[in-house]
Amino acid sequence: MDEVTGAVRRVAGPLVELDGLPGAAMAELVLLGAAEIPGEVVSIRGGVLTVQAYEYTGGLAPGDPARSQGRPLSAALGPGLLGGVFDGLLRPLANTGIWLGAPAATPGPAAAERVWRFTPAAKPGDLVAPGHRLGSVAAARAVEHRILVPPGPDPGVTRRVDRIAPAGEYPADAVVAEVGGVPVAVTEHWPVRRPRPVARRVDANALLHTGQRALDLLFPIAKGGTAAVPGGFGTGKTVLLQQIAKWCDADVIVYVGCGERGNEMAEVVDELSRLEDPRTGGRLAERTVVIANTSNMPMMAREASVYTGVCVAEYFRDMGHDVVVIADSTSRWAEALREFASRSGALPAEEGFPANLASALAAFYERAGAVQTLGGERGSVTVIGAVSPPGGDLAEPVTVHTERVVRARWTLDRDLAYARHYPAVSWAESFSRDAAALAEDAAAPGGEDLSSLRNRLARILSRADRLVDLVDLVGIAALPPAERMDVLAGRLVREGVLQQSALSEADAHSPAAKTAALVEAVLDVIDACDRAAQTAGPAAVEGVDFGPLLRARDEAGPENLDAVFARRDRVLGALADLAGEAAR
Amino acid sequence: MTTGTQWPDAEFTSVASLRGPLMAVTGVRGVGFDEYVRITEDGSGTRRYGTVVEVDGDTAVVQVLEGTSGLSQAARVAFAGAPLRIPVGPGWLGRICDGRGGPTDGGPPVFGARTAPVNGFPMNPTRREPPAEPVLTGVRCIDSLATLVRGQKLPVFSVPGLPHLELATQIAAQATAGDEAFCVVFAGMDLTHADAAYVRDALEERAAAGELTLLVNTSDAPVLERILTPRIALTVAEDLAFAEGRHVLVVLVDMTSYAEALREVSAARDEIPARRAYPGYLYSDLASLYERCGRIRGAPGSVTILPVLTMPGGDITHPVPDLTGYITEGQIVLSPEVAARGVYPPIDPLSSLSRLMRHGAGPGRTAPEHLPLAAQLLAALARARQVRDLADLVGADALGPTDRHYLDFQDEFEHRLVDQGRTERCPLAQALERCRQVALTLPRSELTMLPESLLDAGAAEP
Ligand SMILES: Nc1ncnc2c1ncn2[C@@H]1O[C@H](COP(=O)(O)OP(=O)(O)OP(=O)(O)O)[C@@H](O)[C@H]1O
Ligand SMILES: [Mg+2]
Repeated sequence: MDEVTGAVRRVAGPLVELDGLPGAAMAELVLLGAAEIPGEVVSIRGGVLTVQAYEYTGGLAPGDPARSQGRPLSAALGPGLLGGVFDGLLRPLANTGIWLGAPAATPGPAAAERVWRFTPAAKPGDLVAPGHRLGSVAAARAVEHRILVPPGPDPGVTRRVDRIAPAGEYPADAVVAEVGGVPVAVTEHWPVRRPRPVARRVDANALLHTGQRALDLLFPIAKGGTAAVPGGFGTGKTVLLQQIAKWCDADVIVYVGCGERGNEMAEVVDELSRLEDPRTGGRLAERTVVIANTSNMPMMAREASVYTGVCVAEYFRDMGHDVVVIADSTSRWAEALREFASRSGALPAEEGFPANLASALAAFYERAGAVQTLGGERGSVTVIGAVSPPGGDLAEPVTVHTERVVRARWTLDRDLAYARHYPAVSWAESFSRDAAALAEDAAAPGGEDLSSLRNRLARILSRADRLVDLVDLVGIAALPPAERMDVLAGRLVREGVLQQSALSEADAHSPAAKTAALVEAVLDVIDACDRAAQTAGPAAVEGVDFGPLLRARDEAGPENLDAVFARRDRVLGALADLAGEAAR
Repeated sequence: MTTGTQWPDAEFTSVASLRGPLMAVTGVRGVGFDEYVRITEDGSGTRRYGTVVEVDGDTAVVQVLEGTSGLSQAARVAFAGAPLRIPVGPGWLGRICDGRGGPTDGGPPVFGARTAPVNGFPMNPTRREPPAEPVLTGVRCIDSLATLVRGQKLPVFSVPGLPHLELATQIAAQATAGDEAFCVVFAGMDLTHADAAYVRDALEERAAAGELTLLVNTSDAPVLERILTPRIALTVAEDLAFAEGRHVLVVLVDMTSYAEALREVSAARDEIPARRAYPGYLYSDLASLYERCGRIRGAPGSVTILPVLTMPGGDITHPVPDLTGYITEGQIVLSPEVAARGVYPPIDPLSSLSRLMRHGAGPGRTAPEHLPLAAQLLAALARARQVRDLADLVGADALGPTDRHYLDFQDEFEHRLVDQGRTERCPLAQALERCRQVALTLPRSELTMLPESLLDAGAAEP
């Protein structure tokens, strides 16, 4: 590789200025000093390059060498990704020491040279275009890992397969084919900030089943959609995102811990490697790629980590998979942008954030989508990002610019979280722009159309919300009977359907059929309450023990619909008795 | 300053400018970012210290810990060639020092077989062991309802005027990790001399037992010293935990003063401020401290951090508590209302939460009934609050009999469970027994979250 050497001129934290690299391009990777700290060129002015450094720059001094690498910051994409844990630049953390960046780092367990079983799917002489399948490697049980003709400058052009390796075991850097004179290795390199090409975008109209009732019922998201989860500290963003990572029906999950806690990363990795994937019988970890850039790791790698995450997602999408990228938290990424902008003297816009914050956020979420791949398959990337608004203020820049570009916003409400109503998804403050389009794709109970069902639940909730203040003021007894039943209905929907504890054995995830059964059960009981109230009066109905119905979600396993209906029937029986007594 | 740095003979005398806490030195070569710096005053020969915050060509910008007041351009400057390192090891135990680790107990400087950089290194998240066992503080309300877990960071949110320093000191004096080796590193920032003396007295026994390192940055000490104090504390703690295998509790009081020092430096450097003029990197800076807690897979020892901060104006959305809440794993909230009722410690259990409690408490860790008991008490307390509000509105006489039980429950809760002596150390078993008794002031039909067996055990007692 052609290496050119320049020199460090100025160092201020992660901002480094260089002299003497005349040919360097924007976004090019440079290695700084004897420690070879990776950095990326972010601006060029009159022979001086400004570089954003991805590691601690302590000790870096003016005059230290800087070597340009002639290529942009890229990720190594290959079969070792699934089940692995990586830093923001996609370097495996498992092979690193306990203390990151420590000079005499105690080396991690030596990475045994792993080999991968390759099975060819093309033969010499075949005509193939970028995105076409050359073979596959056995990487994880759950996910077919394909080796494709890499996207080149001319995606439509077909070339001849010159050579293809026979079935066998190969290391990650082995060349397994040659197409039109170009070698194709098991592992490919791709610039993280450059979206990988696709044949075309298609409508995102398949529901991503998250297993969280509040989302699937009220604010659904499509495979290929985008969602933001804003909420103050402790409102449950991380728990909700981890639940989705564990139980949603995507093929591959890319979990980006961006500027958050180390203990949380340890916990999620631990859980994923213990939990069984209900679809394959393997471990959930086998379909997951974890990118961990905790809040104490270098700040600028945090900035790169979200791009690294989508880049990995696009790589699996191109194999024809549905991929979900989870970023916790995008606010920490935005803070890294702000930090660097302020050091480079950029004119600040709102609250010190750079003026391009809105466009950077939009460009990030724009990498989501359902597509037809170059190879002609369907695949999708769904992006779900947590937002951590300072002071819980939803009018702050990151929240505001994010909600303009996402298809769904799942706002977490502090009052709900405080009342231990989990997940604390606010039904009044959240939205899904795809709810109507996705209604056809979801099973609805009793043949009822899902969107009318959703409207019915929304009406019940909002009617109950309106009455809440009144009840606080005058007491429930002062309300007319119909309104009292509205208050009761709201409670039954909230506690019987929407609440779902992540810690519950039976209810951590809710398959579509269980969700439908719970809704049906609660609506049946609400109707029966209305009827019973007409004869027996509201107070008697309120006195009924709804416990069995409210506990059904926790007591009935994911597949056990009979248990749900049995509990419903007990409550219906009690209501019928009540009405019967009143009639006598 | 303790010795952890080798100083070169060469000194620079080319101070180009002095402003606020910053000093620019020109004509330097090979000086790196973040190096430690020693400044020798002209004439008196008094020493000051600092760090390089920027290098640009032949100019190094140094942030002077003691401030530049009284410094002249004739000062001599030496660069250490490396970031600040301090000696580490068990030599710190039993010692009382200033905010920079200089002894104030009349003893010799602290020496250690090893040195470590005060900024530490980020712990590889894949090498972390998720926290799982409790640190018992001997404070009933915390141990039973918001259990502190080894390797956790759990702050105390207070307001000026409340006894948070007393609570922090009490925890530092009484905490244990069962039978395992345990010690405390207590870092006081911006303490008045009276407060410093109080802390010293209260922790005397622990210091004498060789289980304590006390670092005190007093209110009249240089403000920038405060930026160093928690870093020294954590560096000492990391070594005691991960090289020596102890469970270490680090108490940091008052982190609001620390954040203010950071704001002062930021302003002096003309940085673009974020909320309330705090620097935009306040989150990352606080995280670089709090994330130093944890455990390492396959190794004994742990670092647990208990930061204490005062919320200016009692405002939890103020950047210091807000960003702290975004980093830490729960919070313990002190409430002026509870304090006004004469309760110590004035903890508001409903706003307090230990996010790791479910990992650190329960069967095999504390007691099998612990988690349901705590959940039941908090649920009942939430209900009691509502009843109290209603009673204020309509009068207690208008309440139904069940609701009246809740009013009694709330009183019992506060007086039998929360309220505790300032030197009273409550063993866990006793704390949980009190929990059970307080729960049983409610009718059994209200205690739906508790297993029958627990209720029966209570009924059998006289
Ligand atoms: N779905 C849930 N089921 C049960 N408990 C929950 C749920 N969501 C949140 N919690 C509780 O709330 C606590 C905080 O949740 P979480 O860590 O997800 O908050 P967060 O919004 O990510 O906060 P931060 O912004 O500080 O990271 C959890 O430790 C847990 O006790
Ligand atoms: Mg979180």
